[in-house]
Amino acid sequence: MPRAWVLGDDIDTDALAPGRFMHRPVEELAANTLADIRPDFANAQPGDVIVAGRNFGAGSSREQAAQALVIRGIAGVVARSFAGIFYRNAINLGLPVLVGNPAVEDGAEVTLDIDNATLRHEAGETGLEPIPGFLLDMVHDGGLVPHLEKKFRGKA
Amino acid sequence: MATLAEKIIARAAGRQFVSPGEIVTCRVDLAMIHDSGGPRRVAPILRRLGTGLWDRDKVVLISDHYVPGGDEASDGILQLTREWAKAQGVIFHDAQGICHVVLPERGHLAPGMLVVGGDSHSPTGGAFGAYMFGVGATEMAGVLATGEIWLKVPETIRIEWQGRLSPGVVAKDMMLALIGAMGMDGGRYQAVEYGGEGVFALSMQERMTLANMTAELGGQAGLIAPDEVTAEFVAAAGGTPGDWQAWQGDPGAAKERHVWNAASLAPQVAAPHSPANSAPVGDAEGEALDIAYIGACTGAKYEDLKAAAAILRGRKPRMQVLVAPASARDQARAEADGIMAVFEEAGAEILPNACGICAGYGTARLGADVRCISTTARNFKGRMGDASSRVWLASPYTAAASAVEGRIADPRPYLEGA
Repeated sequence: MPRAWVLGDDIDTDALAPGRFMHRPVEELAANTLADIRPDFANAQPGDVIVAGRNFGAGSSREQAAQALVIRGIAGVVARSFAGIFYRNAINLGLPVLVGNPAVEDGAEVTLDIDNATLRHEAGETGLEPIPGFLLDMVHDGGLVPHLEKKFRGKA
Repeated sequence: MATLAEKIIARAAGRQFVSPGEIVTCRVDLAMIHDSGGPRRVAPILRRLGTGLWDRDKVVLISDHYVPGGDEASDGILQLTREWAKAQGVIFHDAQGICHVVLPERGHLAPGMLVVGGDSHSPTGGAFGAYMFGVGATEMAGVLATGEIWLKVPETIRIEWQGRLSPGVVAKDMMLALIGAMGMDGGRYQAVEYGGEGVFALSMQERMTLANMTAELGGQAGLIAPDEVTAEFVAAAGGTPGDWQAWQGDPGAAKERHVWNAASLAPQVAAPHSPANSAPVGDAEGEALDIAYIGACTGAKYEDLKAAAAILRGRKPRMQVLVAPASARDQARAEADGIMAVFEEAGAEILPNACGICAGYGTARLGADVRCISTTARNFKGRMGDASSRVWLASPYTAAASAVEGRIADPRPYLEGA
């Protein structure tokens, strides 16, 4: 069963994509995402969900911050708000990002449903702000590049 | 009635006017990329899509994040960057300094432009009355292929600075105070426009520091309406100021307005690990330090160097001082008028014209438990070094005064009678 990783406000890109790994292969960087602030995130499993506070992804435009979570198989991030550049990067790389403030404990069992914009947990279900339609299509395609490839193929 | 941001976006979207909240597609006047988010990330995407550049004359590539290299991975990134620049024929400034400083210095920016940068401090371009914002590499690949980008028309948050700064207080202090008061998401990814006497009294490099740190305020862009100071800088850099008088917001068009007093502002220091942890220098005074870093696009331009040197002249720092001039031209200028000699006499170590420790890429990083005062924009945990290192953000004046005392110090007493 997927679990929630509950983090605070202003989780920054340097925590998500540490600078000391930026020149290394992105898989190596992904293995170290959040290592400086949540060393136990090394145990995160594919399908797990990050639940965070305000301004998730603050800081740099480095999209490896979002890519690291995609590589680790994170099902999505639910946060009270997102930093603008990170939000765009996440959608462009196929990482579901939804605005919401569910009351879940760290480690709780959760299921994220991006189409219906809900997070299911023990106490029930919390509604989230849905991803706007044209961006949701992009997320389903796996990001901007596969989305464009599909569009071009459709035209061919 | 329209704000400056709305006027630029409307022009770029081919519309009479636009309203906050609507999503529009804009033609891009210029795209700036660097060695980190640039060729090594965008080239594979362009290849995968089987497409090239929409207009190589509108693409400026600047190497700064991995300069000067020194390890195999960084050297490889720099080599790839150089080869791609040659193959694509884009405008390339190689190891000439930090992109946000080099771009206007070489005359690439002008009022009214819509510019996309592959770096989060891209709002710096707003100092020139351009709408400039940062994006990640995948989005940039889309821009390079099509020359277009979508954006949600922002509201404009107007920050009005009344009065003028007192001696020893600079643009960095204005931004730290704002971020401290409004938080790192105070800009809500909207357009922030700076105005008032306190802003227009600033030089262009100081205005660039204001616009730059709109990133830490969480704005998409940070604009300053162009005036004669802007036009003169752009013309001297070899650019075309154009019809700069036309690129002004209509009075009262911005719905949200904050008024600040520049004259009463004290030097600010942001404690670890957030730029929002800022307070007047008195609150942090006496905090022990190991190292001062005078670097970055937001803290080591010519005027930043001049400010630091005004305090270090004839004084011996009690700790290690690192100086990384933001561009080769700014360093040459500082050499010509004796500023670099002050740093050398003070025993400072001069580092390459690059992002250096601020970006925290590569090997030059702060060690375990190091306590650093830095003129950079971000003091996130682990950004500039080991996760146990601690960084206080401050102006070049405050960093220099602190270096002299070996602990955080108010620079103003050093400037009395100067």
